Amino acid sequence: MSGNGIVIEGLQKRYGSGDTLVDALKGVDMQVAPAEVVGLVGPSGSGKSTLLKCLGAVIEPSAGRMRLGEEMIYDNGWKIRDLRALRRDKIGFVFQAPYLIPFLDVVDNVALLPMLAGERNGVARKRAMELLEALDVGHRAKAMPAQLSGGEQQRVAIARALVNHPPVILADEPTAPLDSQRALAVIAILNDMARQYETAIIIVTHDEKIIPTFRRIYHIRDGRTHEEAGEGKSPHELIKTDKA
Amino acid sequence: MISLAGRDILHGWVRFLMTGFGLGLLIGVTLSMAGIYRGMVDDANVLIDNSGADLWVVQQGTLGPYAEPSSLYEDTYRSIIGIAGVARAANVTYLTMQVRHGGGDVRAMVVGVVPGGPGEPGQPGFLVAGRHLTGGHYEVVADVKAGCALGDTVIIRRNRFRVVGLTRRMVSSGGDPMLFIPLKEAQEAQFLKDNDMLLQQRRRTAQNPGFNRPNVPGLLDAIIASQTTSVYVNAVLVQLKPGYAPETVAKDIQRWQRLQVYTRSQMRTILVDKLIATSAKQIGMFLVILSIVSAAIVAFIIYTMTMAKIREIAVLKLIGTRNRVIASMILQQAIGLGAIGFVVGKIAATLWSPFFPRYVLLEPGDAIRGFIIVMVISVLASILAITAALKVDPAEAIGG
Repeated sequence: MSGNGIVIEGLQKRYGSGDTLVDALKGVDMQVAPAEVVGLVGPSGSGKSTLLKCLGAVIEPSAGRMRLGEEMIYDNGWKIRDLRALRRDKIGFVFQAPYLIPFLDVVDNVALLPMLAGERNGVARKRAMELLEALDVGHRAKAMPAQLSGGEQQRVAIARALVNHPPVILADEPTAPLDSQRALAVIAILNDMARQYETAIIIVTHDEKIIPTFRRIYHIRDGRTHEEAGEGKSPHELIKTDKA
Repeated sequence: MISLAGRDILHGWVRFLMTGFGLGLLIGVTLSMAGIYRGMVDDANVLIDNSGADLWVVQQGTLGPYAEPSSLYEDTYRSIIGIAGVARAANVTYLTMQVRHGGGDVRAMVVGVVPGGPGEPGQPGFLVAGRHLTGGHYEVVADVKAGCALGDTVIIRRNRFRVVGLTRRMVSSGGDPMLFIPLKEAQEAQFLKDNDMLLQQRRRTAQNPGFNRPNVPGLLDAIIASQTTSVYVNAVLVQLKPGYAPETVAKDIQRWQRLQVYTRSQMRTILVDKLIATSAKQIGMFLVILSIVSAAIVAFIIYTMTMAKIREIAVLKLIGTRNRVIASMILQQAIGLGAIGFVVGKIAATLWSPFFPRYVLLEPGDAIRGFIIVMVISVLASILAITAALKVDPAEAIGG
């Protein structure tokens, strides 16, 4: 694969040692192209969260390779010294709950990332506002997170994940707290954003109503992934069907 | 970069302000304790300065009129006046006692002075109302802290005194207001016995064959007369002529009169280092304890505030926030809390200090030192919370 996107080969993660040794990931292979949205599904304890943490450079894998765009970030050891900067600049996160910073207003929640990257406040806020407008929450820019609905909060969280234009977004059950209409709307947004910003998006989910939207799905079981083709239905179409 | 600490404080400003207010009251108490110590030292200095004396002549082997009992014959001052360098010398008595005024008791230091004008040794240096003692009997010049007004009556022992003058900041080293009365009445108050005692003393003297000799007429009367007359004072206050060194004159008085003499600096040492030393240590202990309590409170508050934001801190770390940004946020909040606490504490200490029974002296230098200490405490207190925040695993934001 060339350009942006993410390629994972033989990724392993072991916890403990001796009698307590647990192989959480036993050799995961994945690749997600730029502008592609893939699903990652699997039962509890299958290794989804461990994989997400490895991809997010939060925990160190035990072996394998990870390439982010043109850059090899892990090859049986981190190839990047500053993992914080990697997370800030190259990876976007969307969580099950939005986890917005409660003491920052909406625009600053989004602008915080570019500010952390050294961008001037005015420029960072302008970028944040553009994204908020694109996600249809621009009118709530000055509101505090507690004043937003669940759907609005999740859209702000998506804006935060996108604001530094990362090549990869990792979404951990982003639709879990939402009803089907809002869940499909969020997936539609992620699809649109993936296309618009050429971002590879991995969505970890149990949500039956959004699984039909994926073109490709990775099933993870006992620490190994198996790829299968999804239905690839348009979330916009599903929203209309659901309403009907 | 926006101030995360500032935004967090603004977001919960009521809680932050109330916490700062509570901490401020504690800091106010700490500042007041320091003020009480300063007040004690200042009282001691004022006592020395207002006495108008350059030397204190007291009984041999005693620490002087303020720290230990001292008795001198009342005519001692005559021989002191004759010593080279002495400009003026005056008898004085000091007695801390309960006096009655306005139907209640007032703890006061009754000072017996030779009536005269201002500038005489022992006389109050200035009045805020009325006049000095001029020679009339049963008159008193009182410090306003005694609660007296001009024309009031003060009862000392069996005698009634009329208030003719008022002073300010004339208090003993114990903080009791001073009442200046004529020396003769002060001697009576201090040394004379009550009527029953006198009667018994005369009877005992008369029964003593050594005092009541049939062949020596007038002996018994002379002895009884000597017993009922007070001829003692506590100290002689001496003012020096210009150009004479206090140490030299003090040495001459000690040498020729066989008395104890203290200079101003020596008396200051006795009052500050000996008389209020225990109180100073007590206050020092309180200051240390209050500082520790303040530090513990700031640490607890900041730690609790940080623990309440664990998820947000995990998210901040996950999205790439550097440790120093998170540590700076917590540090700024601790310093902010300390600053609010200090401002509230300073205002509180200033407002409530006039209501303290003792003089509370809040010096700007102490306020600056207090502010620095509060800031240092705040920084130290934030270490626990910063350590906890830096240990937060960004993976907590992902869960699983």
